[in-house]
Amino acid sequence: MLGYILRRLLMTIPTLFLVSLAVFALVRLIPGDPVSLMFGDGGTPEQIARGRAALGLDQPVFVQFWLWLKKVATGDFGNTITDGQAVLPLVLQRFQVSASVVLVSVAMAALIGVTIGVIAAWKQDSKLDVAIISLTTIILSVPTFWLGLLLLLLFGLKLGWLPVIGYVPISENPWQAMLFLLLPVATLTLHESGVVTRMARASAIEVLRLEYITHARAKGLSEARVLARHVLPNAFAPTWTLIGLILGNLLGGIAVLETVFTLPGLGRLLVDGVFARDYPVVQGCLLFTALLYVMVNLVVDLFYPLFDPRVSAE
Amino acid sequence: MSDAVSPAALLDVRNMRIATGTGLPIIHDLSFTVARGEFLAIVGESGSGKTMAARALLRLLPTGLIQTHGSVALDGADISSLSEDQFRPLRGLGMGMVFQEPMVSLNPAMTVGAQMAEGLALHLKLPAAEIRTRSIVMLERVGIQDAAHCLGAYPHEFSGGMRQRIMLASVMLLKPKLLIADEPTTALDTLTQAEVLDLMVELARDNGTAIILITHNLGLVARYTQRALVLEKGHLVESGTTRELLTSPREIYTKALIAALPRRADTPPVQHAGDAVISIRNLSVTHAGALSLFRRRVPKKAVDDVSLDVYPREVVAVVGGSGSGKTTLGRALLRLIPAASGEVWFDGLDVLKAPRPAQRAFTLAAQLVFQDPYSSLDPRMNVGAIIAEPLRHVTTVASTEHARIVDEVLDDVGLAGFGTRFPHQLSGGQRQRVAIARALVRRPRFIVADEPVSALDMTIQAQILALFRSLQESYGFACLFISHDLAAIEQIADRVVVMRDGRIIEEGARDDIFDRPREDYTKALLAAAPRIEWKGATA
Amino acid sequence: MRRRINLLIGLPIVATLGALALTALVWTPYSPTATRIRGRLLPPNATHWLGTDEFGRDVLSRVMDGALVSFRVALATMLFAIIVGSLIGVVTGYLRGWTDRLIMMVNDAMLAFPGILLALAIMVILGPGQSSIVIALGLAYTPSVVRIVRGQVLSLREKEYIEASRMIGNSEVYTMARHILPNCIAPIAVLGTSMFGWAVLSESALSFLGLGVPPPAATWGNMLASARGYMETALWLSLAPGLCITLTLLGINLLGDALRDWLDPRMAAR
Repeated sequence: MLGYILRRLLMTIPTLFLVSLAVFALVRLIPGDPVSLMFGDGGTPEQIARGRAALGLDQPVFVQFWLWLKKVATGDFGNTITDGQAVLPLVLQRFQVSASVVLVSVAMAALIGVTIGVIAAWKQDSKLDVAIISLTTIILSVPTFWLGLLLLLLFGLKLGWLPVIGYVPISENPWQAMLFLLLPVATLTLHESGVVTRMARASAIEVLRLEYITHARAKGLSEARVLARHVLPNAFAPTWTLIGLILGNLLGGIAVLETVFTLPGLGRLLVDGVFARDYPVVQGCLLFTALLYVMVNLVVDLFYPLFDPRVSAE
Repeated sequence: MSDAVSPAALLDVRNMRIATGTGLPIIHDLSFTVARGEFLAIVGESGSGKTMAARALLRLLPTGLIQTHGSVALDGADISSLSEDQFRPLRGLGMGMVFQEPMVSLNPAMTVGAQMAEGLALHLKLPAAEIRTRSIVMLERVGIQDAAHCLGAYPHEFSGGMRQRIMLASVMLLKPKLLIADEPTTALDTLTQAEVLDLMVELARDNGTAIILITHNLGLVARYTQRALVLEKGHLVESGTTRELLTSPREIYTKALIAALPRRADTPPVQHAGDAVISIRNLSVTHAGALSLFRRRVPKKAVDDVSLDVYPREVVAVVGGSGSGKTTLGRALLRLIPAASGEVWFDGLDVLKAPRPAQRAFTLAAQLVFQDPYSSLDPRMNVGAIIAEPLRHVTTVASTEHARIVDEVLDDVGLAGFGTRFPHQLSGGQRQRVAIARALVRRPRFIVADEPVSALDMTIQAQILALFRSLQESYGFACLFISHDLAAIEQIADRVVVMRDGRIIEEGARDDIFDRPREDYTKALLAAAPRIEWKGATA
Repeated sequence: MRRRINLLIGLPIVATLGALALTALVWTPYSPTATRIRGRLLPPNATHWLGTDEFGRDVLSRVMDGALVSFRVALATMLFAIIVGSLIGVVTGYLRGWTDRLIMMVNDAMLAFPGILLALAIMVILGPGQSSIVIALGLAYTPSVVRIVRGQVLSLREKEYIEASRMIGNSEVYTMARHILPNCIAPIAVLGTSMFGWAVLSESALSFLGLGVPPPAATWGNMLASARGYMETALWLSLAPGLCITLTLLGINLLGDALRDWLDPRMAAR
């Protein structure tokens, strides 16, 4: 068990290195020189040269990478070009918004999806099962950003129950904040429940066929206990991995939803950074999200043996 | 056995019918009884419905199958009219079940202790401490060392044989009146099989439990049961005491089953003459140990310093339990896995070190017949194409001749006209015939057959073994026949080599090994092999 | 039974939308980019079946043209990822050794980026445009294809018929081409189908953000983006492209399920 944890932690190191290298390279690959951008059209050649030296851009690439890596490791993600703010605090502040939406919806989607999925599997091929499958197929086909727009139209514009544009931080006014977050969370929850339901159903069907389920029934256990103690834990293992993937993908794809609901989240920060050609921001967002994704996967894998003790033995 | 004479039957099944949802019958009107403490066998091949009949007793039919008719009485009380809630307490307490595949019949995500405790807590409402004590006692009873530690361990930490003991322990813990054992040892090797079954019978005797043993293996029926039913395609063909049934069967199918039992060939073993086709000298194969951060890799010797000659037209059987290295030996000498050291001489050259052309000549002259006919044929190719493929490399035959040669070989293996079929359209036995045809089409001088019949039904096994023997005579190849099944070996081998832990521990002519074994291990293997021998009194 | 229903619903949807896109190749009712100040924001009527947008452009023509762009981009993306990914996956999975380890290390690092984020980053480098999207999404999807195909190859390698092929004396290349690749086709086809759907969705999302196909060219994503401002006054502007994306995904998902069931009888029983 300890061996498994250490092995998994060690595996993260090359990934972290490659991820930071990729982020570094991506930003170097963007056409245009960051220093000339910083000065706009107004920079003299000397100013630009000084700017380049200040940023270490006159050094060989690998030295630049090393310098950058050292700065990143100490939490210095650089400053924005537009207003000179430190990037990391900005990223962290925006991340709170994205995280509250994503975490709440994924947690709810996991609860709803696993429950419905296991029930559908248990009643495989019944009318209920067919209804659940059809519903998830339809839900999965509706793009979240369109679904979000429609919900916004219905509850915001037509019914006027919920605010349409804007955001209030939870720390300022929890009630108001909840009103703003309700629709994005509902949209995501609905969509991701569909994803989780399908996965949970498929793996529960697989598990239900296995001999140890029949064995559990042959002991005289009630169906509820068979489902709860024998089917659920085993069907949950692949679903748990999927939940990690969903989390990561949402962190990357949240920009669209934040655009629909005008939430000042991490995704929106990234997209605005791209439009403003504010490369430190873009780099910071990319690096932060990628690192987060690596961490999410790490945590998912570390908890995996709880659901499938076999992996830690390999 | 003291209760065996009790007049009222423990289990009385009348007119059981099972059908699929679409009405296709699986079991037709099955009636039988089991007396208290009696050991009854239900015998049949795949498709006989024996497993479904047993599952129906516990109302554990898989979805899609329904019991349409019939009544079941347990202990004189009709249980077929009980509601699901009334029936449930009977499972485990009234009737327990041991399953076929030990690798998949324990929940991988639950500790052994938790799984054993479930039944006790549910049925007997015992306190946790009492459950623990009883579990430990029972685990020790079935031969698990360090039972206390076993309770906290997960199933994957145990071998197949150990898991089957754990399963047996958890079922017998409830002292059921009837134990249904569904091919409980088919997945285990001969020695383990005997140990587990002996244990099962002992436990059943101690508790006065009756057993329904579901099996395709008549040897087990003979050794362990008092009465037997023979099922064929859902029909009860014949029933009676085991002795009657096996010594004087009345029905054709029963006779066929008994005739299918492998027996020693009446022909004397081939005396080897001339030079060996293959000479293995001091061959060793090592498996790299598991890669671990904290431990150095410990290489394991799978084959350890093995020397062996195979002469023309001779069948040399390699026998051993799982982990004996017999399969590794076959694959290493064919160069499918690398050898650590040693030589394999063929046509005056050591093929492990010879230049490429000589190695190729060996590849063309030696072939392998695989164990699993379901994975050894490419599902996207038809039978003709599969058999013709080896001819690509035969330069002396014009490609126009290929079709004719394929037809000939198909004819030889009894599959004339099957050239355009695909593997999924064939039965297991037919697939194995195709695999044999593919191995033979180039007329190889040497064949390694790796457990070629162990995945097949008894009657099919007999057919394939007979076919193999006759092909061996007409094609004249030398053969290394790898198997854990002594019965199959007795039927086909000229010479027998016994392997254990990677080494050859005994070697000799067929009759010597079977009639006058020297090593204890060989004797144990022979004693464990379920064979039907009616020498006077039996257990 | 369910398989047939999947096919019966999925195929007509995809066929209709595909036909719409193909028609747009040669003909649309109006020019999808021609603006008319007089006919702005007309609701659906006899001459403009789906109404007009804020510049007076015919929505039906734009939806048709958008289908063409979406499908072209998605098809190219899918082919890019599937072809490149399968080749790498088959070779690396079959040969193994240090090439495999190296490729998989880079591959896993690429997988460590959420796909859409990777695509976004690549879009930033390449600038907007249809070919940029194809490259960005293609590169973002390739690692998962590599992973899946390699996994398939690794499991096929364990099959005895691959060993049988070696016993016959077949070369590695022949074995790969004759026995491994054909048996990978089924999972690749299933993957390709769903990938087409993901590509349509991702392209719409990128265009919705303004990072995909730039205006005035019509795509469903940028149509939705500009329709946001007219939600209350001109609902048809958001309904038409949104429905198109939904129907495409629905059709593709159903078709994918049908394909999977047809190719893999074991899965059909689910």
